[in-house]
Amino acid sequence: MEALLHRKIFRKNPVLGYMHMSLAFGWFLLIVVGHLETMIAEHSLFVPFHKAVFFRYYEGFDEFFLSGLFSFLMDFLLLFVLSGLMFAIVKRFRKKLFGLRRTTHLKSGDKIALTSLWLIFPLRLLAESTSAAVYHNGGFLTSGVGAAIDFIGNPAIFYYPLWMAYSLSLGFFFVALPNSRYMHIPTEVVFIFLRVAGIRLKKQNDSYTDVQVFSCSRCGICLDKCQLSVAGIDDSQSVYLLKNIRNKNLSDEKLFNCLMCGRCQVDCPVGIETIELRTVQRIESTREYNSSYDYLIQEVATKADVVYFAGCMTHLTPRVISSMKKIFATAEEDVWFMDEVKAPCCGRPLMLAGQYEAARKLIENNSRMILDSGAHTLVVSCPICYKVFKEDYKLPDVEVVFHAQYIYDLIHSGKLSVDTSNQRMVYHDPCELGRGMGMYETPRKLLGRIGEVVHMKDEKEYAFCCGGSLGNLKISEDKRKLLRDQALVTYEGFSPDILVTACPKCKKTFAAGRKLKVFDLAEIVAGAICVDSLSKEKEILEKQEADCYAVEGL
Amino acid sequence: MIDKKHIAIIGGGIAGQEAASVLTGLGYKVTILEKNERMGGMLNKWSKLFPDFSSSQLVLDAVKVATDKNLNVICNADIFSVQKENGRFKLSDNSSLDVYADAVIMSTGYNLFDATLKEEYGYGVFENVITSADFEKVHKSGEKLTTADGKAPRRVAFIHCVGSRDAKTGNTYCSKVCCITGVKQAIEVTQMWPECEVFNFYMDLRLYGSKYDALYLEAQKHHKIQFIRGRLSEVSERQGKELQLKAEDTLQGRPLRMKTDIVVLLIGMEACKQNEDLCRDNALELDENRFFKSKNIYNHRNSSTQSGVFLAGSCICPMSVNESLESARSAAMLVDKSLKVQER
Repeated sequence: MEALLHRKIFRKNPVLGYMHMSLAFGWFLLIVVGHLETMIAEHSLFVPFHKAVFFRYYEGFDEFFLSGLFSFLMDFLLLFVLSGLMFAIVKRFRKKLFGLRRTTHLKSGDKIALTSLWLIFPLRLLAESTSAAVYHNGGFLTSGVGAAIDFIGNPAIFYYPLWMAYSLSLGFFFVALPNSRYMHIPTEVVFIFLRVAGIRLKKQNDSYTDVQVFSCSRCGICLDKCQLSVAGIDDSQSVYLLKNIRNKNLSDEKLFNCLMCGRCQVDCPVGIETIELRTVQRIESTREYNSSYDYLIQEVATKADVVYFAGCMTHLTPRVISSMKKIFATAEEDVWFMDEVKAPCCGRPLMLAGQYEAARKLIENNSRMILDSGAHTLVVSCPICYKVFKEDYKLPDVEVVFHAQYIYDLIHSGKLSVDTSNQRMVYHDPCELGRGMGMYETPRKLLGRIGEVVHMKDEKEYAFCCGGSLGNLKISEDKRKLLRDQALVTYEGFSPDILVTACPKCKKTFAAGRKLKVFDLAEIVAGAICVDSLSKEKEILEKQEADCYAVEGL
Repeated sequence: MIDKKHIAIIGGGIAGQEAASVLTGLGYKVTILEKNERMGGMLNKWSKLFPDFSSSQLVLDAVKVATDKNLNVICNADIFSVQKENGRFKLSDNSSLDVYADAVIMSTGYNLFDATLKEEYGYGVFENVITSADFEKVHKSGEKLTTADGKAPRRVAFIHCVGSRDAKTGNTYCSKVCCITGVKQAIEVTQMWPECEVFNFYMDLRLYGSKYDALYLEAQKHHKIQFIRGRLSEVSERQGKELQLKAEDTLQGRPLRMKTDIVVLLIGMEACKQNEDLCRDNALELDENRFFKSKNIYNHRNSSTQSGVFLAGSCICPMSVNESLESARSAAMLVDKSLKVQER
């Protein structure tokens, strides 16, 4: 049903939604109701398919049960489809009316299919009307048009040519279909069924990849969502990726020129896993480099309740690390800072670059270290790490917690208390945390305890990418700046006191823009820790120092 | 008619003052507009100059314009608008100051790169990370460089190219003077603490000036300063506020970790923020690095894209003291030439 209605398109633009619904759902009903009509007319449950489709050709003059109602219904449905068709034709030439700024380029297979599709329904109307004129029946529409044909000339002359043209256009459409974007009609029904059943892409190409690739109708909704167009990149978007996979002519230049931000996936009416699909193509097309992490194997874990993994990106933002240290100390948590001295990668950047095997080696080693520590919780302060730890690590009995959630829980359980202020903050949703992991509310709730979080139009699943994405291996620094400034200028428009994010990479990218003061939420919390908690922290530090002296004294 | 012509100079650093003294010498009326309380600009912050360790005060004293009936100096004048009105220029600041001039020299100089933007180097986070400007301040005070808790450093690391030639900070150009500053300051550290080990992390050393290479050689030979080719990736703090550096030694082709007591960031030059304001009401333009754009970088380096407005010193691009002074003198000569052409 979803395949016929596509509620997501309605949400994007009601007219566009209506267009798809009238064409898909209308046609579907035409077939179903037509079949019912034929069954009743023939008094048989088994009627040949062609008989239903060309019912008005075969069946002329006999009255049968509810025939009047059926001809009305069929005419109404045909009108419904035709109205959608009209919108489709208008859309082809005036796409802006439909809320689309861009539309896809068609190839020859698509053009044949498109022309046939456009012809099917007007020809059907004319053919059925001619029948109506010949047999003097028909519904409100066909009888009216039939009368008009009758007025022009003898309907019997048009009778055969029109039915012939109708059946030919129908034939052409189905012949062109497998080679056109209309392949999505049969495929997406299968895909939506599988998707709802919870089947997801694995890290390799299989038939499910094909199902998703063929399910793309190239509607172009993803084009408008893609931020790369701001930087003048307009040939690597998801719709073209899927097309290139299908035509087996995908180049590295296009495959790796993507932020992997997931904005396109949010709006895809079919729900194609655009990001996972691209990751799979990267893995499949990349040869493993000579990766050796043997030197990591000598590392030994330290026993602790909680393991903190800062990750490469947090290491580039030492303010976040010192904030986390302060939070851990204040809450008196037993923490092992796993990558403080030697910092192995979490594996996700390698994964994004298609280096799956290299990533697996790091994942294996990190898993060993974490499990050896005996910790029950792993805290990460980088959403890039968070995603890979959650999705690709197998850590039984270890809860992987993002620092926003961890800090929120500390405050909630009374281990940490924070002062409030009247700072106005814009919160930037990092791609990997928001669209990547679905975490939108926790950081807002946490920041809401300290200051005021400004609501915006482009937030949560519609949030911008900062432009710093590790997923794009092709984009130039200049173009990244354009993306960054698009987000920054929008945020500036809300005139916040500060910009807060939850990703060290976003933080660094925005800071270089020099338009707003940028902080990680850990910094905000560390700066708002109550004096009471602080004195407690000081006490602990003094005690530790005293212990040190005692040892030295010995 | 020279004595009737009036020239306004925006910026009273060494370039502005040098241009002023040439022009007053030729008999023009000159007004220097300085945004700070006192003249001298950025050189006030520097202690000793490369390559011969002479005091910056000598240069400051030398450029100081003799009191002249034709010279007018206005401090605390933050000019934000230059407009052409009836063939002359009207310069305004935020208060009610308006200055009219027949020609204008821009000598707005440069800003220092804000090292906190390179967060991974820990400036503003770790107390023992300082900038080259901070080092000059210590040197100028006559005190020795110490760690935040007052101890003698056993090891100091200088980091080249901070905010220069780094697309991520938005500055892809070379600031030119930091390489030799790094060599000079490294030697100064060994002069303060002969036992201290000093390392310089560089991409490549651009010792373009006369006698710079000799100083580099001296640093290696006589002061045992070690130069490591490789960019720093990050700084973190260990126990006792000791710093750990992570870098790559690109000559040995392997990653490197090092502990050090103090890190000195050799920060680059950026265009003055006010340049954008100064371009608003006229035909002045900025180049891709936000410095003033010359009419032609070969034959008209000192001419801006606005006729009648001339450029002097490091508002054109990063320059050393010598280059700034030379640039100022040639700007002054151009002003003279253009006003005389007008006369005829």
